[in-house]
Amino acid sequence: MQWEVVIGLETHAQLATESKIFSGAATAFGAAPNVQACGVDIALPGVLPVLNRKAVDCAIRFGLAVGGDIAPRSVFARKNYFYPDLPKGYQISQYEAPVVSGGSLSIRIGQGSDAQEKTVRLTRAHLEEDAGKSLHEDFQGKSGIDLNRAGTPLLEIVSEPDMRSSAEAVAYARALHALVRWIGICDGNMQEGSFRCDANVSVRPKGASEFGTRREIKNLNSFRFLQQAIDYEVQWQIGVLEDGGKIQQATVLFNPDTGETRAMRSKEDAHDYRYFPDPDLLPLVIAPAWKDQVQAAMPELPDAMRERFGRDYGLSAYDAATLTATLDLARYFESCVAAAGRELAKPCANWVMVDLAARLNRAELDIAQSPISAVQLAGLVRRVGDGTISNAIGKKVFDALCNGEGADADAIIEAQGLRQVNDAGAIEALVDAAIAGNPKSVEEFRAGKEKAFQALVGQVMKASKGKANPQQVNELLRKKLQG
Amino acid sequence: MSLNLEQVFRTARLARLAVSNAEAERTAAQLNDIFALIEQMQAVNTRGVEPMSHAVDLAQRLRDDQVTETDHRADFQAIAPETEAGLYLVPKVIE
Amino acid sequence: MINLSLSELGAALAAGKISSVELTQLFLARIARENPRLNAFISVDEERALGASRAADKRRAQGNAGPLTGIPLAHKDIFCTQGWRTTCASRMLENFVSPYDAHVVEQLAAAGMVLVGKTNMDEFAMGSSNETSYFGIVKNPWDDKLVPGGSSGGSAAAIAARLVPAATGTDTGGSIRQPAALCGLTGLKPTYGICSRYGMIAFASSLDQAGPMAKSAEDCALMLNAMAGFDTRDSTSLDRPVENYARLLGEPLAGLRIGLPREYFAEGLDAGVHAAVDAALEQFRKLGAVTVDVSLPNSGLAVPAYYVIAPAEASSNLSRFDGVRYGHRAAEYGDLNDMYCRSRAEGFGPEVKRRILIGTYVLSHGYYDAYYVQAQKIRRLIADDFKAAFQHCDLIMGPTAPDVAFPLGAKSSDPVQMYLNDIYTIAANLAGLPGMSIPCGFARNLPVGLQIVGPWFDEARMLGTAHQYQLHTDWHRSMPPGL
Repeated sequence: MQWEVVIGLETHAQLATESKIFSGAATAFGAAPNVQACGVDIALPGVLPVLNRKAVDCAIRFGLAVGGDIAPRSVFARKNYFYPDLPKGYQISQYEAPVVSGGSLSIRIGQGSDAQEKTVRLTRAHLEEDAGKSLHEDFQGKSGIDLNRAGTPLLEIVSEPDMRSSAEAVAYARALHALVRWIGICDGNMQEGSFRCDANVSVRPKGASEFGTRREIKNLNSFRFLQQAIDYEVQWQIGVLEDGGKIQQATVLFNPDTGETRAMRSKEDAHDYRYFPDPDLLPLVIAPAWKDQVQAAMPELPDAMRERFGRDYGLSAYDAATLTATLDLARYFESCVAAAGRELAKPCANWVMVDLAARLNRAELDIAQSPISAVQLAGLVRRVGDGTISNAIGKKVFDALCNGEGADADAIIEAQGLRQVNDAGAIEALVDAAIAGNPKSVEEFRAGKEKAFQALVGQVMKASKGKANPQQVNELLRKKLQG
Repeated sequence: MSLNLEQVFRTARLARLAVSNAEAERTAAQLNDIFALIEQMQAVNTRGVEPMSHAVDLAQRLRDDQVTETDHRADFQAIAPETEAGLYLVPKVIE
Repeated sequence: MINLSLSELGAALAAGKISSVELTQLFLARIARENPRLNAFISVDEERALGASRAADKRRAQGNAGPLTGIPLAHKDIFCTQGWRTTCASRMLENFVSPYDAHVVEQLAAAGMVLVGKTNMDEFAMGSSNETSYFGIVKNPWDDKLVPGGSSGGSAAAIAARLVPAATGTDTGGSIRQPAALCGLTGLKPTYGICSRYGMIAFASSLDQAGPMAKSAEDCALMLNAMAGFDTRDSTSLDRPVENYARLLGEPLAGLRIGLPREYFAEGLDAGVHAAVDAALEQFRKLGAVTVDVSLPNSGLAVPAYYVIAPAEASSNLSRFDGVRYGHRAAEYGDLNDMYCRSRAEGFGPEVKRRILIGTYVLSHGYYDAYYVQAQKIRRLIADDFKAAFQHCDLIMGPTAPDVAFPLGAKSSDPVQMYLNDIYTIAANLAGLPGMSIPCGFARNLPVGLQIVGPWFDEARMLGTAHQYQLHTDWHRSMPPGL
């Protein structure tokens, strides 16, 4: 039987605030246990939540970015359950009236020109508080509870079950990850748990109209685990169904060591969360003016920017997508083009995507930490463009700039004497010398070996220390050999 | 309506309250008396009435995103039943 | 001295007739003598009280004394007081020493009042007779075979027995007004949001409100001036201009329209109470007020709706008492759930457990709409009744409780009979309205309370009206026999 996979994602994005969603404790990562857990976070008797405006700001920003509806009035509810990392015995979340409803995200599956576009619909996004952490190392057979993370603001983003493969799920998660960073509401640090996904996975016979029973894989904190967990889960579910079994709705955990999923024991008894409006928090009212203000501060979004890069700079869809992977990268590229001139947009793109990307990658640096500024790179691109230096010498200058050997390309070209030789007389002398000095290559070329021609070009370039204009060398050499 | 013993046990389990059989029976009887009182609400037609969750009809007041709290772990853990290395200890949590 | 009003005590202190230390010693001596019989206090700290009184005397010497500086005070043991045991009259918090002060505690300390102790109460404020306290029942100073009312029964008994001149209380369904009535005192529950709930251990968050209890309306006005105020740590605290609640004390009553809800004078009202209330109304008419008949047609539904809403909120509010971070933890337990179940079963008394069960049940799957949502709709109808009634009158008056103080044990085995004691007081909490009780005579030699309910934020008018009555009557000066 042919099976169809159905996947929906619930993503928790930690919002980029200084303080917690309902208290004035810090959200910084990595503090000693419980030193960032204030009275509200540890739920002392008598304390009360007071909502962080910035968290709401982030939610509005997200809602506008995905084209969702911002609720003029939304409600915080209590989700009641007992767990030691949940100090109040309830989580403050949003249930019936979330702050954002609807919206969509366009994703690209695959690479290069084979990439497919798809739109994933969003159900909702709501604000809630994170729980603390249970540490399971042994404390005389007990667990230790660290509440530093308790009360960290989260935006839970729920997609429709629109994805049909693990690759689509990963593409969606990547696009969402890029977007929340782009609009500056989440640092996207997956190791620190700032962005994590729960995947609702089910399978059904191809063509069926009803969804199969789903299992929810909790807390996937890398794209690789997301893919592995879904792939394993899909095979497992198909195996069960093909053996004549039935899928039971369950919450499961993915074990990265074994690559398998298993049902959570703590979720075995059916939960009854007893949601009700939190009496400590009046309705959250978002006036149109607030929305307008957030909209006005919104950066150009990746989709729009991609389109503009194609339109204004003549970049391919692939190049445009690559350069808009992050806002910092896109801004770097645009600064570079601005300094180099729009007609050099394509070479700017190539330098950024190829040479700079490779260099950053090797050094494990972010674009924000680039050793070469956008203006410096633009200077280099201009000199290659106007023939002052060749592309090959350009790479030398690029390295020199990265190593801090000069303030700009011109200084390095001057200091290191890298200016391209365009003087026809000088090039002719070099060509003549190469022909005279390599009779064997000349013979081979005349016998039809094109390779021999390249060897001769190499000799000329070597003799010029790479500075001879390669195009002129080519033309003259061929003329002389054929003439 | 009336609550049976099973419902009392189920509710007590949700609320994490240990109850003995004798307590459950006594409680069931009392809860049924109370629910008989509560049931008076059911006679009222409330169609179209907006539920009222709060005593005042106002919007939520928000705070600025500022860190205002400092570390009070020592004070807070002085009153805790069991701690170690800055952590609250509980019987092993099973995920 | 022990019979003086707050302003008289303030004058005596200001004139140097007595020091705060002497005054505090006087009341501490009375507590030492009378409290073993009445059990009005859970804790008394002579040393701290005397320390605070010395500070008050010093402040006066420096010329910084306010109207309440140096006057002894007791807090209901529901208010967190830093360094004091704060128990909420529960075994759960038997050893809980609060690491912080409630806003109300801070406010009264800032006014210079001298805290002498924490008063007994119904456990977690759940009760109308002060018989549910883990620390033992409180006796009514008028007759120690009778209950003092509840839940602020310790505060009421302490003031009635002249162990303190004033105390704080909290009122979720009548917990200030009913004990004030049963002990012959004046007590005010302000409009929801006037006093911060920060540091007041939550019973039902959308209903709870702190307020003053004292011998007279004038005393309550002075207390409220110090207690009220905006607090950023409670997002339901109202940010209103500072108000002098004593400003209308001198206002004559001519033309005041007093609404008499016919439902408050119907079946179930004790004849003696009825007669005392009628006499009080006659007195108001003599003072120039007019009485008008009004109707609160949904009054009968207040108790049923309350016993859904208050337990629902309480069941969730009390989930934080799980034996993990503070409070009672069972000595013996197996796994995590067993630890929760035993700690909570041991830590909470029967009435608290009953209400947690009711609340858990009405919020649980399948019952939420029929109970919780229906109760909230009825809450709206009740609030609308008041709005309609206030179209025809300035204030509403009636009995505070259907009867005078009842014998200890008379209703403790019948929760429903106990709940019906709050039949006239609950509606004001549901609607968020200010309500007060003033002594208005006697029935069978026991004090009767007259309830005054006003529109939102009309505390000053209510206090002024009560004060005018008290200028012309002596009920509020009556003392329990044998003092």
